[in-house]
Amino acid sequence: MAGELIRVEQLTRIYQLGEITVQALRDVSTVVERGSFIAIMGPSGSGKSTFMNILGCLDRPTAGRYYLDGILTSELDRDELAEIRNRKIGFVFQQFNLLQRTSAIENVELPLLYSGARTRGRREIAMKALAVVGLASRADHHPNQLSGGQQQRVAIARSLVNDPQIILADEPTGALDTRTSVDIMAIFQRLNRDKGITIALVTHEPDIASYAQRILSFRDGRLVSDTRVTAPHDAEVERSKMPAGEAAQ
Amino acid sequence: MNKLGASVRIALRALRLNKMRSALTMLGIIIGVAAVIAMVAIGSGAEERIREQIASIGSNVIIVLSGSITSSGIRMGTGNAQTLTQDDARAIARECDAVALASPAVRGGVQIVYAGNNWGTQVMGVTPDYLAIRDLEIQSGQAFTNSDVDSSAPVALLGRTVTGSLFGGEDPVGKVIRIKTVAFTVIGTLAPKGQSPTGQDQDDVVLIPISTAKKKVIGSSQANYAAVGTIVVSAREGRTSDAQERMAALLRQRHHLQANEDDDFTIRNMEEVFRAQETSARVMSILLAAIASVSLIVGGIGIMNIMLVSVTERTREIGLRQAVGAKTGDILAQFLVEAVTLSITGGLAGIALGAAASAIISYFAGWSTLFSPGAMAAAFLFSALVGVFFGYYPARKAALMDPIEALRYE
Repeated sequence: MAGELIRVEQLTRIYQLGEITVQALRDVSTVVERGSFIAIMGPSGSGKSTFMNILGCLDRPTAGRYYLDGILTSELDRDELAEIRNRKIGFVFQQFNLLQRTSAIENVELPLLYSGARTRGRREIAMKALAVVGLASRADHHPNQLSGGQQQRVAIARSLVNDPQIILADEPTGALDTRTSVDIMAIFQRLNRDKGITIALVTHEPDIASYAQRILSFRDGRLVSDTRVTAPHDAEVERSKMPAGEAAQ
Repeated sequence: MNKLGASVRIALRALRLNKMRSALTMLGIIIGVAAVIAMVAIGSGAEERIREQIASIGSNVIIVLSGSITSSGIRMGTGNAQTLTQDDARAIARECDAVALASPAVRGGVQIVYAGNNWGTQVMGVTPDYLAIRDLEIQSGQAFTNSDVDSSAPVALLGRTVTGSLFGGEDPVGKVIRIKTVAFTVIGTLAPKGQSPTGQDQDDVVLIPISTAKKKVIGSSQANYAAVGTIVVSAREGRTSDAQERMAALLRQRHHLQANEDDDFTIRNMEEVFRAQETSARVMSILLAAIASVSLIVGGIGIMNIMLVSVTERTREIGLRQAVGAKTGDILAQFLVEAVTLSITGGLAGIALGAAASAIISYFAGWSTLFSPGAMAAAFLFSALVGVFFGYYPARKAALMDPIEALRYE
């Protein structure tokens, strides 16, 4: 399990917006170990989203190199990147991005559709992923029949179905209340601990970042600090300390 | 196959979610295809009818008409002078080897009477060969023979219209009718031929031996007892133009025409005349189909329009699909399948509607329509092509979206 999963070297990303040139990332170099849990922080415009997009193979750096699982992804074309995303990366978004009027199980199956899994196998794999986030009983519910926390758990199940190396979560708790946020963080911690999946989450809330083992802070396109957290908060413990609210499941 | 199946299911779901919109988009294609199907059915029905009529005049039939004579610089109209004779007909049959059969013919309008009924019709004096030339068949009784011609026998063959008007349901064979004042025995009836390409009822006719006609019914020119109005000829297969040339040369020679004199006869190849009609009918049906195709193209533009709207509305969905691993081809296939599903479903409905429309048109307007499987297959294929053609641009637009921007789209 040990070893490096991500290595970025002198990553630079420049946007050309009309006549204005924006340096979204300047010369960022770092390494992320397999099985680690990192938080990426920074004010808006700091370059953290650009960094996440490149890590997620949604964007390519203007200069520099990005190795994911030993593959130099900055050299790959559009469809090869799509395949890397499909096989190695799971995405969780702030707005959940579930397909409306489509059942939870079908939403979870979506990545399998593009990896060529057999129809029958798909349903089984997706069901297991839903069970991991505790929503097996809601498989046939549509997103509008689920609470925000449940929708985000469906999205996490979706990110799991292809056995990713890494889950990239962009403000996954941004649209959720505190209690539900802690529930979600508990799921991430469990996946990280039990399945050894590397987690990278973007957040601007220190509370949320405190669940990570390592915090990377960005400002003006530069990586300005890289802190190892000696004792990350445990979401399970935090949750037990909270007053009993509505049942999460 | 697995992926195509998934694309089809995604497309069907997307179309179901917007039932009204999908139905209206399809309507454009339905109307287009239905119009093409109906127009082609009407057009080929008209062509088919002309073909049947051409068959009804007999194959390779050439008609020689007595021509205008020029007298002191005044040219008389065709048929004004009976320049042709029965001998000319015999000579043509004997001397032109491109000619199979030739029959002289005289005709005239007469009133015929049976019991209390009378009927105005056309009587034709001909030889027995005439039946073979015109592909006329005897329905009941028998045809007259050359010996009837030689003896000027008072025998007659009746067309169906005449039979119906004069006899009702009675069997006419063996009955005696009066043509003008002369008594004739009906020895047979002719099988129906229907309308001629010029719209004449070919069954409203009485055939009698030419000799009888000239002596007793129509009368003949005093100057030339053997003169006839027309000679009806059938050429041997594939030698019509050859036959025409030979006959012209022969008749000029027999009529002692000098090189500087005009023909005193006119040779008319009936088949050519009607072939020309057939061609114009075909041009007409192509034109109709072309106009109808325009509405199909308009329907295609409707598909393109709605697909563009759909792609824009589903930008975030597209971004998500790309993020979880959909390749350019996957997104392209998804939207293409959606467009083609619209156009094919519309195409099938349009074929049904077009078939119904042409059936209704032929029922109420009395036009003959011909509904060919080939036209159906072509319409189906064409509607699928319309879907691919007009769906490609929106699908490509979707497939080439930037995933980051698509995910961020509000």
